[in-house]
Amino acid sequence: MKQVLAAAPQASIASASPLIVARGLCKTYAAGDSSTVALKELDFTIYDGEFVSVVGQSGCGKSTLLKILAGLLPFTAGTVQLNGVPLRGPSKEAAVVFQSPVLLPWRTVLENVLLPIEFRRLPRSQYRESALDLLAMTGLRDFADRYPYELSGGMQQRAAIVRALVQDPKLLLMDEPFGALDAMTREQMNLELMRIWSRSRKTVFFITHSIAEAIFLSDRVIAMTTRPGRIADIIDIDLPRPRDLSVINTDRFGRYAARLRTLLDAHGGLS
Amino acid sequence: MTMQAEASAEVFSAQVRETKPGLFRRYPQLTISPAILVILLAGWWLTCHVFGAPSYVVPAPEDVWRALINGLARAPWDSGGYWFHAGITVWEALLGFIIGSAAGAVLGFALSHWPLLGRSWYPYIVGFQSLPKVALAPLMVVWFGFGLEGKVFITAVITFFPVLVNAMAGYQSVEPDRIELARSCNASEWHLLTKIIFPSCMPFLFAGLSVASVLAILGAVVGEFVGAKSGLGMLLMQYDQQMELAPLFAVILLLALIGFSMNHAIGLLERRYCFWAQRAAAART
Repeated sequence: MKQVLAAAPQASIASASPLIVARGLCKTYAAGDSSTVALKELDFTIYDGEFVSVVGQSGCGKSTLLKILAGLLPFTAGTVQLNGVPLRGPSKEAAVVFQSPVLLPWRTVLENVLLPIEFRRLPRSQYRESALDLLAMTGLRDFADRYPYELSGGMQQRAAIVRALVQDPKLLLMDEPFGALDAMTREQMNLELMRIWSRSRKTVFFITHSIAEAIFLSDRVIAMTTRPGRIADIIDIDLPRPRDLSVINTDRFGRYAARLRTLLDAHGGLS
Repeated sequence: MTMQAEASAEVFSAQVRETKPGLFRRYPQLTISPAILVILLAGWWLTCHVFGAPSYVVPAPEDVWRALINGLARAPWDSGGYWFHAGITVWEALLGFIIGSAAGAVLGFALSHWPLLGRSWYPYIVGFQSLPKVALAPLMVVWFGFGLEGKVFITAVITFFPVLVNAMAGYQSVEPDRIELARSCNASEWHLLTKIIFPSCMPFLFAGLSVASVLAILGAVVGEFVGAKSGLGMLLMQYDQQMELAPLFAVILLLALIGFSMNHAIGLLERRYCFWAQRAAAART
């Protein structure tokens, strides 16, 4: 088991430049006469190279927030800047990893990974090498010419991560990417993601409903309330990196978990 | 208590133990299927020779076989043989199938892609679909005469609907995640169609083509019934009027064989181009 992780120098947030700046971000769904407020006045800044997670119960609008940042959903009010530019539609700086791998069954793993390159009309031959390198990094090199149905769930999701990375985006938007995996595979994928992140130095915006997963992975955790979705608090996770699974059993980890649990219980309430 | 548990565990393991399936279970198509054919042929033979069914009601199998051999022994350009007429019927069916299913696929995608178009045309499509298309056959003699065009027309109309309906069902069942993936990568509308939507629809499209391939022969034969100078359907009518049941049966066998081959060809194409999917939807007509 790959317990020991590659050294990951924590980005000094003070010196890093802001990548996402959201101010007064609101999202209202209008349905006929009634309207539902999904997100209410979100203010947050995410810095270059940071790993930030969003936790909240289902219905707190965290997936809506991710879709807005991906440019897939228009927002109602406020401003969002991505890399200093106002967000208008899907940006080439951002790549999305969905909850399900969304691999096309008629394409091999390598062809799937190169799909964003084709969509963006970039030369495929130029990205082939880096795609193979990324597949090698995630242990999928031997599966490049296989079809998705020949892969396990964890391998499929790794291929989906490689597909996001191949465009070399600044920002990785991950929408509960390991939610559909079993607990053991999920832990493995968390370690894997840490390793990929420490090597590629991408900014990661990670949606999850698992408090432990959020703390384990993140530099900062955004706790969200339910209906309307608001930011309850943003907590710095000051745990040394590289982290391995044993960090979950430490007191500090437990205190973070307790604090987040209290935040989520106070706002919205677990029934 | 423990004894009981042990005993039941033993029964359980006995049930679970793998047994090697027999020859019949493993290759039913090579063992049981031919056996069924032999039984059917024997039944047929008995009906004619033991139970004494008259040959103008049920021809004997050997007479049918002789008629088939005689018909197939002629040259393809000899209008007295089967090859000539089968060729014409297959040609009509094939042309009609290609035109009808191509139109069905294109229109199906168009109606789904532009929802306003789809919603406004839908009632007419449903109305026309519930019409027995065979009823149009007499009309087509008026419009197209006794030549090839009429048969191609009726075949095209019959094969059009299963493909149209399946293309629409396919379009509507494309996973939304796949579309979001494309949009998140700034995919153009054209790329979205060619790289996501069309391939996603393939299993549905093949289900429609599979139904259409069988209906194509039906269309051609019905077209020939109404009025034709050649073709297997015309032969059927001719033998029927002359009460020649042995060659009539031979032609029916030929038609079954042609329908089976066309359907099989579609199956092969599906396995080639749609290997990644089980047939997604039951065929709907």
